[in-house]
Amino acid sequence: MAMAALRREGRRFATPLMSANPANTLRSSLLPSEEQAILGVRSISTQVVRNRMKSVKNIQKITKAMKMVAASKLRAIQTRAENSRGLWQPFTALLGDLPSVDVKKTVVVTVSSDKGLCGGINSTSVKISRALHKLNSGPEKEAKYVVLGEKAKAQLVRDSKKHIELSMTELQKNPLNYTQVSVLADDILKNVEFDALRLVFNKFHSVISFMPTTATVLSPEVVEREAESGGKLGDLDLYEIEGAETKGEVLQNLTEFQFSCVLFNAVLENACSEQGARMSAMDSSSRNAGEMLDRLTLAYNRTRQASITTELIEIISGASALTG
Amino acid sequence: MLRHFTTRLLSRSIKFRPFSTNVAAASAADDAFVKAWRSTIPNLEPPKTPLSFMQPRPPAPSTLPSKLTVNLVLPYSSEFSNKEVDMVIIPATNGQMGILPGHVSTIAELKPGLLSVHEENGVKKYFVSGGFAFIHANSFADIIAVEAVPIDQLDSASAQKGLAEFTQKLSSASTDLERAEAQIGVDVYSAINSALSG
Repeated sequence: MAMAALRREGRRFATPLMSANPANTLRSSLLPSEEQAILGVRSISTQVVRNRMKSVKNIQKITKAMKMVAASKLRAIQTRAENSRGLWQPFTALLGDLPSVDVKKTVVVTVSSDKGLCGGINSTSVKISRALHKLNSGPEKEAKYVVLGEKAKAQLVRDSKKHIELSMTELQKNPLNYTQVSVLADDILKNVEFDALRLVFNKFHSVISFMPTTATVLSPEVVEREAESGGKLGDLDLYEIEGAETKGEVLQNLTEFQFSCVLFNAVLENACSEQGARMSAMDSSSRNAGEMLDRLTLAYNRTRQASITTELIEIISGASALTG
Repeated sequence: MLRHFTTRLLSRSIKFRPFSTNVAAASAADDAFVKAWRSTIPNLEPPKTPLSFMQPRPPAPSTLPSKLTVNLVLPYSSEFSNKEVDMVIIPATNGQMGILPGHVSTIAELKPGLLSVHEENGVKKYFVSGGFAFIHANSFADIIAVEAVPIDQLDSASAQKGLAEFTQKLSSASTDLERAEAQIGVDVYSAINSALSG
C-alpha cells in the first residue's frame, strides 16, 4: 500500500521532469530508464548508459593521444620556424611592406593545413583570403587564388571555384625544407601572372595564440613603378645594383628569391600554428569528454541504485505478502 | 576569444615603439590598409603585416660609423644577427667585393664563393651558395644565402673529385637541361676549390 503510494508519487515527479527540460539532451537520453524505474519494470537496463560511457572513454583516450602527438610535432617544428624568421626581415627592411598597394592583378596565396581537427585556423585564413579578394576586386582590378593545403581548398572551391588558379596539397608528406618550397615557389611564379602576391597564413606567436598575417610580395615592374613614384620605395633608386646583369634582371631575381623566402617562413609558421591549434583543440576535447564521463557515471550509479532498490522493494513486499 | 584579447594587447603595445623614420612611414602604409579593410570588411580584424613583427632599423647616421653591422641569414638559421665587424668580402657575380662601414647603398647578387668576415680577433671564412646582399646607408649589411658553410668543414679531396665528375658530365651532356645542371656543378665545385686553396 505504501509502496503503491510511493510509486504514484514518483510518477507525479516524473512528469514535470520530462516536460521542464526538453533541451537537455543528456537528461532526455536517460529518460527511458528513469521512466521504466518509476513505472515499475523489473529489469532496468544500465546497458545504454554503460555503452555511452565506454565510447566516451575511448574518445577521451584518442584525443589525449592526439594532443601528445601534436605537442611532440610542435616541438620539432617550432625551432625551425623560429630560425627561419630572420629570412624575410632583410627583404622587408629593403623593400618595405605595402599592403595597400594598388595593382591590377592580385594573387592571394592561402596557406592552410591538410588535416583537420585543428581548431579555427583554416577558417580564419579563408575568411581573410576572401576579404582580401573582395578588397582587391573592382572595375579594373582582379584577384585570383592559389591554394596550398586541402582544408582551404575545400572551403574555397565551394564559392570561388573559377578564381582558383592553382592548388597544391600534401605539402607535409616529407618534412618541410627549403628546396621543396623553392620548387613550389618556382611553379607558382611560372604559372601565375601577378602584379602583387599576398600570402595569407597564421603566424605562430605562442601555443595558444596565432595571428593571421598577410605578407605582400610585389612583381619587379610594380617595384620599379613604386620606386619611381616616390613614397615608401623612393630610396630604392639610391641603391646601386652590383651584378653583371641589368637592373631589371636583378630585380626579377630579387622578387623571386623574396617570394621563396617569405613562402618558406609562412609554411613553417602555419605548420606550427596548426600543431598548436590541434593541441588546444584536443585538450579541450579531452576535458569535455572527462566532464561528460563524470555526468554519465553519476547517472549510471543512480540507475543502478534505483534498480537495486526496486528489486529489494519487490522482494520485501513479496515476503511481507507471504507472512502477513 | 583569448586569441583576440592577446592580439589587441599586442597591437596596443606596438604603438609605443621608439621613434624611427622607418616606423613612421611603415605605420602610414599600414594605416591606409587598415582603413581600407575596415571600410569594406567591418566584421573581421585586419591581419597583421610583417612590419609589425620587425625591429625597426636605425636611420643613417650623420658621421661615419666605425663598425659594420652584419646579418647573415639562411633558411634554417641566422648565422649572425646584428654582429659588429670591421669588413666583409662578399662574392658578387662580378667578383669579390669588399664592404666597409659607410659603403654606398647597394643591392648585390651573389654567386657561389667565399665570404670572409673580418673582425678584431681574426677572419672567419664561409663558403656561400647563391643569394643576395643588401648594404644600407646606415652601415647595415644583410646577406641572405641558401647555404653557408665554414670552410674548415669542406673537404678538398671530395671537392676535386666532384669537379672532375661534373666536368665529365658537362662534356657528355646532350640536352640543354643536362648541360645547365652540369655547368652549375662545375661552377660550384671550382669555386669551392679556389676558396679552399686561396
